[in-house]
Amino acid sequence: MDTDVGALTIIFTEFYYWVTVALMFLIHVGFCMYEVGASRRRNHMHTLMKNSMLIPLVTVTWFFFGWWIYWAFAGGPGITGGIGHPVDFASASYPWSQEMGPNLGADGLGGRITGVFWAAFLLFAWTAASIVSGAVIERIRSFAFWLFAVLIGSVTWSIDAAWGWSYSGWMVELLGYHDAYASGVIHAIAGGTALGILVVLGPRLGKFAADGTPRDIRPHNPWLVCIGLFLIYTGFWGFYVACNVPLATTGYIDGLITGATQTGTTIYLTPTTLSAITVNFLMSLSGGMLVGYTMSKGDAFWTYSGGLAGIIAASAGNDLYHPIQALIIGGIGTAFMYKLHFWVERRFKIDDAVGAVAVHGYAGFFGVVIAGFVLWGHPSSPYDGFAAISPWGQFAGAMIMFWGLGFIPAWILAKILASMDLLRIPKEIELLGLDFHSNQEAEQARQDVAAAVRAEHA
Amino acid sequence: MSTTPIETWAVDLADVTYIYPFVGSEGLMAAVAIALWLLWHVWQLKHENATYRDEIAKHGDDETIRKALGDSD
Repeated sequence: MDTDVGALTIIFTEFYYWVTVALMFLIHVGFCMYEVGASRRRNHMHTLMKNSMLIPLVTVTWFFFGWWIYWAFAGGPGITGGIGHPVDFASASYPWSQEMGPNLGADGLGGRITGVFWAAFLLFAWTAASIVSGAVIERIRSFAFWLFAVLIGSVTWSIDAAWGWSYSGWMVELLGYHDAYASGVIHAIAGGTALGILVVLGPRLGKFAADGTPRDIRPHNPWLVCIGLFLIYTGFWGFYVACNVPLATTGYIDGLITGATQTGTTIYLTPTTLSAITVNFLMSLSGGMLVGYTMSKGDAFWTYSGGLAGIIAASAGNDLYHPIQALIIGGIGTAFMYKLHFWVERRFKIDDAVGAVAVHGYAGFFGVVIAGFVLWGHPSSPYDGFAAISPWGQFAGAMIMFWGLGFIPAWILAKILASMDLLRIPKEIELLGLDFHSNQEAEQARQDVAAAVRAEHA
Repeated sequence: MSTTPIETWAVDLADVTYIYPFVGSEGLMAAVAIALWLLWHVWQLKHENATYRDEIAKHGDDETIRKALGDSD
């Protein structure tokens, strides 16, 4: 901050990430609307609170250990390096690190702008947990869900980001893993986590007929669901922009790139532009909406979900795709997730209340894998010795995200909680509705006031 | 005397780092905060269990459940 250009760069970078945080808040407004709209009237407030309380819980645990995991685990540890490899920023990320408090110290990470990076990563963590929330509505215990929220928000997503969404992650170095806008590191892992829980949790009462035929439990308010999805699109802009480094010099990157040209980069410090990702975001959204509308024959929920799936399917490579490639990949990814959702529902009796496993998990998995073919041979990193992008590296990465860090840890925790009878709400509560007691109190209060008013006017 | 490391702003900002109160107590603050977080989960679990228990005791009979199911979605 001791030169005008240096100060402008720092303040611009700080403000840039701050804006992304504010925008990403809208994702959570959208998720809450979407989940409440999808739930039945007797479960509204519980559904709202189940999602809302992940915000403070993931926030504090992200402060306690999630942020540290991200910086500590890039090398595995023990795969390409030990804890804190290759830059020991982990020591500045403990909850007791002085660098976490307001400070006017160094210009970069560990200094005055650490907080906005911390917050942008945290908002990703909320998103991952919130994706899971919708799938399990109307029958999971809040206690259990909030443990899952901490698991994915502050542990498994943080590990996967360290491994595959970092300029020094071992998956990038050894597999050439490329996932610029988080098809795998947010969406596939969240879908896998949701599926791991759903397998143990079971369907809502009445979801399946005795012969196994699924029944359609319609959203209580389809309009609210769709506007919620629309808001998620809006917040997604912040998500995309937060995945970039706005301005990097070749000196800052310190890789193989030569010359003095400055550029925006991905999280891997590979060059891209805001324009590229803006066009591709819109084109992949369009591909998803067009296919969603076509396949569902105009159903609003699946059209909006298709838009989201389209973006997610193209996100791994949206820093590099041509817009028409983004359009086509978004469309194919949406068709894939739509078909797979109904097949899995029928075949395995999985009750994914909002289609989260499909929209995020299947589309995210597809997005990571397809990037391996379309971007085959492109350098995954500006650093020497890193593997190039390949189909096998991307497939291995998708498996790690969906199954290794998504499904398996969630399934294990779900099994433990189920064995202690702490996973699912009691059957009587599910039948009465989670809001039964508060609805009764509200009705009683309404009648008391009405009686009092009548008495005053008698 | 100041609770922060700053006694005066008659300084070169290049020499200033941390500006929050009670620098040096971060370990204690972290320990307290983590303990409070864990205790919150314990309290919440007890509260949730008690809520379900009370609700089932009050409203868990067949007739109330049947009526609740018939009332709305």
